[in-house]
Amino acid sequence: VLALLGNLPRRPDLLVEYLHLIQDSQGCLPVEMLTALAEELRMAQTEVFEVATFYHHFDVVKEAETRPPALTIRVCDSGPCAMAGAEALLPALQQYADRLPVPPRIQRVPCIGRCAEAPAVVVHQYPIAPATVQAVDEAVRGNRRDCPLPPDALRLESAMAEGGYAVLRKLLAAPRTTESFESLCAQLQAAGLRGLGGAGFPAGRKWQIVSQQAGDRILVVNADEGEPGTFKDRHYLERRPHQFLEGMLIAAWAVDCRSCYIYLRDEYPGIRHLLQAEIVALQAAASAFASADGWQLPEIHLRRGAGAYICGEESAMLESIEGKRGMPRLRPPYIAEVGLFDRPTLAHNVETLYWIPEILSRGADWFASHGRRGRKGLRSFSVSGRVADPGVKLAPAGISLRELVDEYCGGMAPGHELYGYLPGGASGGILPASLADEPLDFDTLQKHGCFIGSAAVIVLSQHDRARDVAHNMMAFFRHESCGQCTPCRSGTAKAVHLMQAPAWDADLMQDLSVVMIDASICGLGQAAPNPMLSVLKHFPKEVASEGVEILNPESNR
Amino acid sequence: MNAPIRADVLAVTFELDGQPCQALAGETILQAARRAGVEIPTLCYKDGYRPDGNCRVCMVEIEGERVLAPSCCRAPKPGMKVQVESARAIASRKLVLELLMSDAPAEEQRSDSELLTWAAREGVVQSRFPQRAHTPLDFSHPGMAVNLDACIQCGRCVRGCREEQVNDVIGYAWRGDAAKIVFDMDDPMGVSTCVACGECVQACPTGAIMPKLLGTNEVAPREVEKKVDSLCPFCGVGCQLTYNITENRILFVDGRDGPSNQSRLCVKGRFGFDYAMNPDRLTVPLIRKDGYPKEPDFDRVPANWRDAFREATWEEALDHAGLGLARIRDEHGPRSLAGFGSAKCSNEEAYLFQKLVRIGFGSNNVDHCTRLCHASSVAALLEGIGSGAVSNQVSDVQFADVIFVVGANPTANHPVAATWIKNAAKRGAKLVVADPRRTELARHASHVLQFKADTDVALFNALIHAVIDEGLADRRFIEERTLNFEAIRDNVAACSPEAMAPLCGVPAQTIREVARLYARSKASIIFWGMGVSQHVHGTDNVRCLISLSLISGQIGRPGTGLHPLRGQNNVQGASDAGLIPMMFPDYRRVDDLGAIERFEKFWNTSLDHEPGLTVVEIMDAASRGDVRGMYVMGENPAMSDPDLRHARQALATLDLLVVQDIFPTETAWLADVILPATAFPEKTGTFTNTDRMVQLARKALEPPGQARQDLWIINQLARRLGLDWNYDEPQRVFEEMRTSMDSIAGISWERLLAEDSVTYPCEDADDPGQPVVFIDRFPTITGKASLVPAGLIAADERPDAQYPYVLITGRQLEHWHTGAMTRRSYVLDAIEPEATVAMHSDELVRLGVKPGKWCPSLRGAAPSA
Repeated sequence: VLALLGNLPRRPDLLVEYLHLIQDSQGCLPVEMLTALAEELRMAQTEVFEVATFYHHFDVVKEAETRPPALTIRVCDSGPCAMAGAEALLPALQQYADRLPVPPRIQRVPCIGRCAEAPAVVVHQYPIAPATVQAVDEAVRGNRRDCPLPPDALRLESAMAEGGYAVLRKLLAAPRTTESFESLCAQLQAAGLRGLGGAGFPAGRKWQIVSQQAGDRILVVNADEGEPGTFKDRHYLERRPHQFLEGMLIAAWAVDCRSCYIYLRDEYPGIRHLLQAEIVALQAAASAFASADGWQLPEIHLRRGAGAYICGEESAMLESIEGKRGMPRLRPPYIAEVGLFDRPTLAHNVETLYWIPEILSRGADWFASHGRRGRKGLRSFSVSGRVADPGVKLAPAGISLRELVDEYCGGMAPGHELYGYLPGGASGGILPASLADEPLDFDTLQKHGCFIGSAAVIVLSQHDRARDVAHNMMAFFRHESCGQCTPCRSGTAKAVHLMQAPAWDADLMQDLSVVMIDASICGLGQAAPNPMLSVLKHFPKEVASEGVEILNPESNR
Repeated sequence: MNAPIRADVLAVTFELDGQPCQALAGETILQAARRAGVEIPTLCYKDGYRPDGNCRVCMVEIEGERVLAPSCCRAPKPGMKVQVESARAIASRKLVLELLMSDAPAEEQRSDSELLTWAAREGVVQSRFPQRAHTPLDFSHPGMAVNLDACIQCGRCVRGCREEQVNDVIGYAWRGDAAKIVFDMDDPMGVSTCVACGECVQACPTGAIMPKLLGTNEVAPREVEKKVDSLCPFCGVGCQLTYNITENRILFVDGRDGPSNQSRLCVKGRFGFDYAMNPDRLTVPLIRKDGYPKEPDFDRVPANWRDAFREATWEEALDHAGLGLARIRDEHGPRSLAGFGSAKCSNEEAYLFQKLVRIGFGSNNVDHCTRLCHASSVAALLEGIGSGAVSNQVSDVQFADVIFVVGANPTANHPVAATWIKNAAKRGAKLVVADPRRTELARHASHVLQFKADTDVALFNALIHAVIDEGLADRRFIEERTLNFEAIRDNVAACSPEAMAPLCGVPAQTIREVARLYARSKASIIFWGMGVSQHVHGTDNVRCLISLSLISGQIGRPGTGLHPLRGQNNVQGASDAGLIPMMFPDYRRVDDLGAIERFEKFWNTSLDHEPGLTVVEIMDAASRGDVRGMYVMGENPAMSDPDLRHARQALATLDLLVVQDIFPTETAWLADVILPATAFPEKTGTFTNTDRMVQLARKALEPPGQARQDLWIINQLARRLGLDWNYDEPQRVFEEMRTSMDSIAGISWERLLAEDSVTYPCEDADDPGQPVVFIDRFPTITGKASLVPAGLIAADERPDAQYPYVLITGRQLEHWHTGAMTRRSYVLDAIEPEATVAMHSDELVRLGVKPGKWCPSLRGAAPSA
């Protein structure tokens, strides 16, 4: 442990990073090394242990236990991948693994953000999508373990040549004043830029709130994209990382944040390597960012998640960056007031920041000019499921599902007819085909008990059952609940159980849903009943009659 | 909670179920509601703990908010409309209760579970949900049983362990419905680093962690015949507790909200209560058989010790003892007798004992084990600042910015005091730990000064030098409040940190940093223990600490001062009561004419005007034959004296040794008469803790057999020594005490009955007691403190080629005062059955020593850990 830590600072907030160091070098976390790490960080054993066991990417191994195999093959079993045959792939891969001289571990994992190419598999960190046993075998034999750098990424030099950071440099040329700050906020407001992680809070308004807080402000970027069916942030980060970084620096400058933390999900190692390199390059070019009022590039900390959906919840993310279990905080206080390390914190999703340079250079009107049915702006839909051409589709806000499928996705996949769809990943509920003409945007689907959130659209066909998808999603929530509050911790587990009954107990489910929605601490528990309630509301026939069986009971982990 | 609203505290008015409700500044909706008599169910909330808001049973509906809010964590705002009894709030809390009842079914919970109570109140009888997976029981700990099938994941035990006691053993591991309470790294409780403070037992609302019925593998029953509010009989912290009793047996103990412990206890207070019910108890008066030899050379009290004695009636035993002592007095003079009282006995017993020696024996030959612990501290304190007591209470660390702990290991010796220190360090106060050994507290320290044994004065003088050298001395304080500064300055002139660093093994830079930290902070407090006082230069060590504090002006305000951590539960009170050879009660010197006049008049007698002999001198006098008879009440010098062979020899040569105790101790083995006395829970009396709090202990048990109250025994012996005494009740003795002691004049027995604890100095009935003293003057003739320089003196024995190591004695958390009580407590002895030697692991490897090997020393041998 001493050798691994070297001269790194002995700070408890770096605990998760240090656990990664051990996990990467040992393939697991032996408890004796955790004890040594605790000693070094002057923490209690249990404080290290409870953090290590919180994250799925850490394998804690006790003295008497055998270590996991050197190679782990992770198989995504969330919505789109399950629909694309993950449940059949799992036993096939297990059979394949058992035949190898040193059998690797086959592990179910929740969404890894490759839903357009489902089913997705990761050999150690090497992604394969769509995956077959044969493709996995080739990767195993070819000793492919690492995630390659995204090939299409625009690196710093090319980005600069193409005009990257021009907006930031222009801003830096003049001192920041109250007027210039208010003007920036006004432009974002006029563009209608909202939090694109899913909550939809107006970005300019957020800047105003955080800038009013006294004390050293911090900017935190939520790159923990984990909502099943969502892969838009990966899409942008793999292609134009500097457009995002420029947006981040503009926000940091505008709100006067001295340090930036990017919390990146561990499922995107290729992006991690890319950002590491590009941040170094950016810092090396710091002289290009001389400002009129002596502003300097803030410190940029790239922090690594460790396999926990809940850390996409902004306050859980802060806890994780502080080296703790990713358990959401109670509000008030809001993180704008008391956030990371108890300081005022501006938190943004990757995509929200990504649009800022473009909105400021092309004008608020450009962004706001898009839209249908009275909605304004562009939305990046992550489309997966039964469509001909899934992927990230940049489309006008307010577009309907039918339009999105027909105009952007080449229609339904051959042999599939629209049966229903999930407008917002696991959390946003399930709508039937009869509601395929509703406008897709923030606030438009509430009357149907749904929302678009991160705009992860999963399209279902006559070959799918809403109850299977709902059950899969509830199993996901159960797996990802942080375990802090009763309604979510216990509620998701009970709901999974109830949803396995051929005929559902609608009254009990309603009662359970009410407490989860009303009394859970965070959005995970509050939204978790949505797929279940959607089935009761929009697909009652699937769960009303006797004799209906669950297709994949083993997907209940 | 139930205090009336003070007009000067800003209140917020909000609406609660349609009624106006007032909240104090800082109050939550829950607290305001409860004060207003509105009940809201809670589970994860516990008074005094940080609210966590995880159970979601206390949810209320706030107008204008999308979801419900946890009333335990929400502060009301003016005009806020809150509903406890709305349909949504009711539905939500009922369902939360139903979920928890399915996870933790009624049969798994303890009978007075908070969950069962609230579920019944809310009409949640049965759960419609299936039970979760079963977790195996963990009965690995001798004192506690863990049944996670009753756990509702409320985290109260985690907060208790981590935030209150700061023992950091319990954690919350994994996540979702697999989230689980763990000890260390999911180890069985019994093999974890758990220190068995039992805070978790007290914190748990459902009985997932329960005390065991002593010596069995069963959980202790919750229903008891009676509860008695009393005190912990062990260390000087003076924790208040409640005994839970059925059929004259203590079943379990709860911490009580006393000023020094606020419901916290340690393993001794929680589990060490059964010594009083041990079958070894002395239950019949015993007289040594004629001619049965006193064999001073023994290892342990032999199993057949009773063969040396015959049973006697009380009348016969008291005559033998009392008339025998009287005979020696009459034949050989008053100074041929001596008495050892005890710091474990009450103030009343100490007072009456010293009065018996001074009047009945006729000399000042009375002392107790304070001589072996803080006598050197008291000597230096009396000399320097005119008072031997602490300047500030332990809980004052909450106001301190710097806490300097030197030569003390409070996590073992004063565990609950240590919790306040750890709390302060967590809050951000700088903790400096100076000790040759790296103690538990070091993990919480900003600076650890691991100095070489015996170089205390060098280290302290270097600190003083640095304070003066760097211009950090408080000129004004020195000018106005102290004498003799020049002598200190000159004395440390040659003791720069740079010069002392090679001696004490602490880098000069560190010494300077600590000096700056200490002198510059708004409030710095010093705690010390036996590591400072038990040296040939113990008094010098304390003189240095006093000087450091005075020249820095770090005394006389909240959070700053001097605190010698008192060891035994009543060592402060026994000394206050005059159980020392050179002082009458209240530290009035026996050779001070005013004091003599006052006490001769008060006791209506003539007194010996010369100081008597100390514990050590009495032993010497006994072996010379100058002291021929002794009365020992509750002390065990044949085990606690630093030179055991000498002490046992001396005791064996006495013409008459009267021992009054509850167990056949090593001293009793050498006695002529053994008088069976009462244990702490069997009597009522007052005890004074390290914080100068006079506290009331109440009788909880009937004594076994013919064992009698100590006060009664003293009174009976007094009558046989010619005194016409008739003290029947402790309150009579206490009322006499406070008439003779100005410091406690304002503490009446009635007040103690009502308040349980009163801090002295307390001058009159209206005086609330003074927690911080020396605010504007010191209790010396001039009102100023004297700075006393100290030079470097080496220990009498230094390491040599044959014995290259220094042995530092220390304590085990579970054991206390020769083990007479703790070795007879089932849980304490089960957790730590043996005393051991600890060495640095590198050194063990170098020597090739395995745990269990006996390590020889000049003074005996002990097994290595």
